[in-house]
Amino acid sequence: MAINSDVLVIGGGLAGLTSALKAAREGADVRLVSYKQSSLRHASGLVDLLGYTPDGEGPVTDPYAAMGDLHDAHPYQTVGVETVREAMDLFDDVTDYRGDHTDTNALVPTHGGTVKPTARYPTGAAAGLASDDRDVLLVGLESMVDFDAPHAAAHLEAAGVPFDVRGETIRFPGDLQADAKITRYAKLLDTNGEVAVRGRKKGARDALAERVNTVREKEERVGFPAILGDDHTDAVRAALEEKIGADVFEVPMGPPSLPGLRLEDRLFEALDEAGASFETGNPVVDFDADGDRIETVYIEKNGARIPNSADQYVLATGGLVGKGIESDRESVHEPIFDCHIEHGEDRYEWFDGDAFGDHPFASFGVETDETLRPLTASDSVEFENLRAAGSVLGGYDFAAEKSGSGVSIATGYVAGENAAAEAR
Amino acid sequence: MGQTPHIAVIGGGSTGIGIARDLAMRGLDVTLVEQGNLTHGTTGRMHGLLHSGGRYAVSDQASATECIEENRVLRDIASHCVEMTGGLFVKRPEDDEEYFQKKLEGCKECGIPAEVISGEEARAMEPHLAKDVDKAISVPDGAIDPFRLVVANAASAEEHGARIETHSKVTDLIIENDEVVGLEVEHASGEGKRIHGKEGGTEEIRADYVVNATGAWAGRIGDMAGVDIAVRPSKGVMTIMNIRQVDTVINRCRPKGDADIVVPHETTAILGTTDEEVEDPEDYPEEGWEVDMMIDTLKELVPMLEEARTIRSFWGVRPLYEPPDVGSDDPTDITRDYFLLDHDERDDLQGMTSIVGGKFTTYRMMGEEISDHVCAKFGIDAECRTADEPLPGSEDFSVLRDYMDEFGLRSPIGRRSVERLGSRADDVLKTSDPNPTVCHCEGVTRAEVQDAIEQSGSDLNAVRIRTRASMGNCQGGFCCSRLASELHGEYDETIAREAWDELLQERWKGQRHALWGEQLSQAALNYALHSTTQNRDNDPADGEPVDFAAFDSGVSAGEASGTADVAADGGTRNGN
Repeated sequence: MAINSDVLVIGGGLAGLTSALKAAREGADVRLVSYKQSSLRHASGLVDLLGYTPDGEGPVTDPYAAMGDLHDAHPYQTVGVETVREAMDLFDDVTDYRGDHTDTNALVPTHGGTVKPTARYPTGAAAGLASDDRDVLLVGLESMVDFDAPHAAAHLEAAGVPFDVRGETIRFPGDLQADAKITRYAKLLDTNGEVAVRGRKKGARDALAERVNTVREKEERVGFPAILGDDHTDAVRAALEEKIGADVFEVPMGPPSLPGLRLEDRLFEALDEAGASFETGNPVVDFDADGDRIETVYIEKNGARIPNSADQYVLATGGLVGKGIESDRESVHEPIFDCHIEHGEDRYEWFDGDAFGDHPFASFGVETDETLRPLTASDSVEFENLRAAGSVLGGYDFAAEKSGSGVSIATGYVAGENAAAEAR
Repeated sequence: MGQTPHIAVIGGGSTGIGIARDLAMRGLDVTLVEQGNLTHGTTGRMHGLLHSGGRYAVSDQASATECIEENRVLRDIASHCVEMTGGLFVKRPEDDEEYFQKKLEGCKECGIPAEVISGEEARAMEPHLAKDVDKAISVPDGAIDPFRLVVANAASAEEHGARIETHSKVTDLIIENDEVVGLEVEHASGEGKRIHGKEGGTEEIRADYVVNATGAWAGRIGDMAGVDIAVRPSKGVMTIMNIRQVDTVINRCRPKGDADIVVPHETTAILGTTDEEVEDPEDYPEEGWEVDMMIDTLKELVPMLEEARTIRSFWGVRPLYEPPDVGSDDPTDITRDYFLLDHDERDDLQGMTSIVGGKFTTYRMMGEEISDHVCAKFGIDAECRTADEPLPGSEDFSVLRDYMDEFGLRSPIGRRSVERLGSRADDVLKTSDPNPTVCHCEGVTRAEVQDAIEQSGSDLNAVRIRTRASMGNCQGGFCCSRLASELHGEYDETIAREAWDELLQERWKGQRHALWGEQLSQAALNYALHSTTQNRDNDPADGEPVDFAAFDSGVSAGEASGTADVAADGGTRNGN
């Protein structure tokens, strides 16, 4: 006896979550299954729409305006600019992200000291915007190798930011190991756990603020690596702001990224609120089809194959990074349904010789019809009840364009909407 | 000659550095120049095999005998660079039994300890060996880190007064009255350690004698003096796996052939190799089929290689040489022996000797012979001590340490750090400051990186070869930015950025030959990390100035915390 639903979404990243959420809000009975950790833990937690054109022009001020010039096979063209706006409304509705007051991109300083164009940013990053001209103090932690505050500050100055920026490195209060995980810092701040400072016990938030106060001059905003709490990040930031007497912001970091994980948590919560069910940690390993309809997919759990049946399916398994697309020496393929993926015959055609060159692999993915149904090599629909969303789609280079989140949200939205509409 | 002679050595590979150390220890003044980093040429592009000599036991017994002698010496003087893995010459059912017996005999004749073991015994040692392997000969092959070895030799040479100049290319030889009397050198970034942005310049280095130890590049130096040195460069591919499929060196027991060795090396296993003559040691084709051949042939010995992950491939160029009258067609027939070409005897050009041919395992012996030769020129009677005096890092030292207590490092990181640093571990790792891990793949901490920066200037690739940082699974995906930040303490942001870019590009280059499967996925992740969050592909510090005022500055920047309102630019849907 299979587990049944109207819509089955495969993949728990931004695209999968958005499509499940949209389908559920449309009234469908939705189930989401995901296997590995989503790539949100690798991502900065910033939600970008379009930062650079495919020709490398940018940073783009108005992403919506620039979308119109994209080539026809770009996912934004497939779904249409107005739909991207609708999808972002849904995102804005379920998160407390900032940036929805304007179409204009923000430039957010990140951990290496550059700025990244982005359409939405977490509340915690809001005080850090590079177009705000108030002076900045960046605070790094001695043992945290992913954020070197003096280096980031010097790099931002070289980028010509319109404010003075200074970096200071302090020792995190208490006795954390040099290789302590990011979550260890976050947890200490979440709970305001006691730390020993010169033999006296203090709350971690107070102790951290005190250390910052010894190095702060008159900067009106203070940036920390993104470790300011996990579950109670607003409270941690408010407490620090009060004790430091300046605005506090988080600088987005590399993996593991707390802002990315917080966003993931929030979207799962929203999915739960919308009444969808989900199951994480188990892969889809096989499927049955009847002609061009997928009947059942099989999920492997503790060695058993559990059938899951739905009327409509959404493939949101990610790209090469998320392993929704795989390759071997001869070919590139989509591992679950073996959807067609266009690629050069010789693997040496898959990349450019320059680290930041025009890499064909970056655009590997399925091509779809207007309703996001994957197409075969001869442009017919692979399965009439399968849609694809997010990085499994081809035709765009999310890294160069800074468009990954936006494409995932927009195509997830459309796939979810169409799947719900088609479901019996 | 009353004064101490000054010897200029050209070439910072194992041969040149071995000569420099030897001559410096004998009390001569030495200057070594190298066009790139240390190990830039062939030394940095080998499979890391410490030969037992077994490989040459049938075809070239003179080389085989030298190998086993030097194998024993290096285990002693370079213990922190050597891992005695042992080696097997493995016979498959289709391989010739007669050759197997010859190999065994040859080993015995050359004094190489060799023992036949059954297929079962071989698989008990190495569970991933093919099920149908008949039997094997066990020999004392080992793995050696060429980078660490050369760096240690350089440190020792410097301790004995030698001057080592990297990134310094010889542009001409100074010749007066048919005698080489010095070099013209172009420094990429001034004298001393390489620092990005530091102005270079030319220097005339006068010398009483010049040693050309440039291996495959020897002909170029010869051309500057109008002498013909017909090195026959021969390329070989090596493919690096992301894990050690074997812990013993696995050789195929057959006369000769491509793709017949797997060397466990640090965290990886290296597959090798090919032997194909090339015209130019710097410009030759590197092709995918060569990589495919490594995997497809060596999987006959270790089947799991078929599906395994490779992290990069690289090519090296052997500096083969044979006297002009031999005339071998096939490079595999050219001897692995080395030749000392005294240009006075050979070409009536005084003041210079070239050393060509030879192989990494016997670098020290070559250094000894050429140092004897140079000393004889000056009538100096000084004994060679390089076979007895341990290299820095290999002095008497117990690696059985309690890393946690002594250095505050977790066990695997502490163990790996101490293996790399050997007897220098105390000096480098004992620090009162927090010592976080910078490269997780290879277990490299900040203290070790800082120690390498002290030796390398702002060159992160030189830091890399000293520490192995960025050489593991992720190929620098996670640690390139961290290494740049470690530089920033000592150097300004512009220099750190340039070094960062250089490392990113270098790491990308070698992965070209590994971009499928897991490694393509890793490369896509690295590309995303570097391009999205770090935005290094459009670094605003590198390009056109950004008009910050044209972008969102927040709803009203201070609203949330009640500070002064700051106007929002472009704050409407209709653009700005």
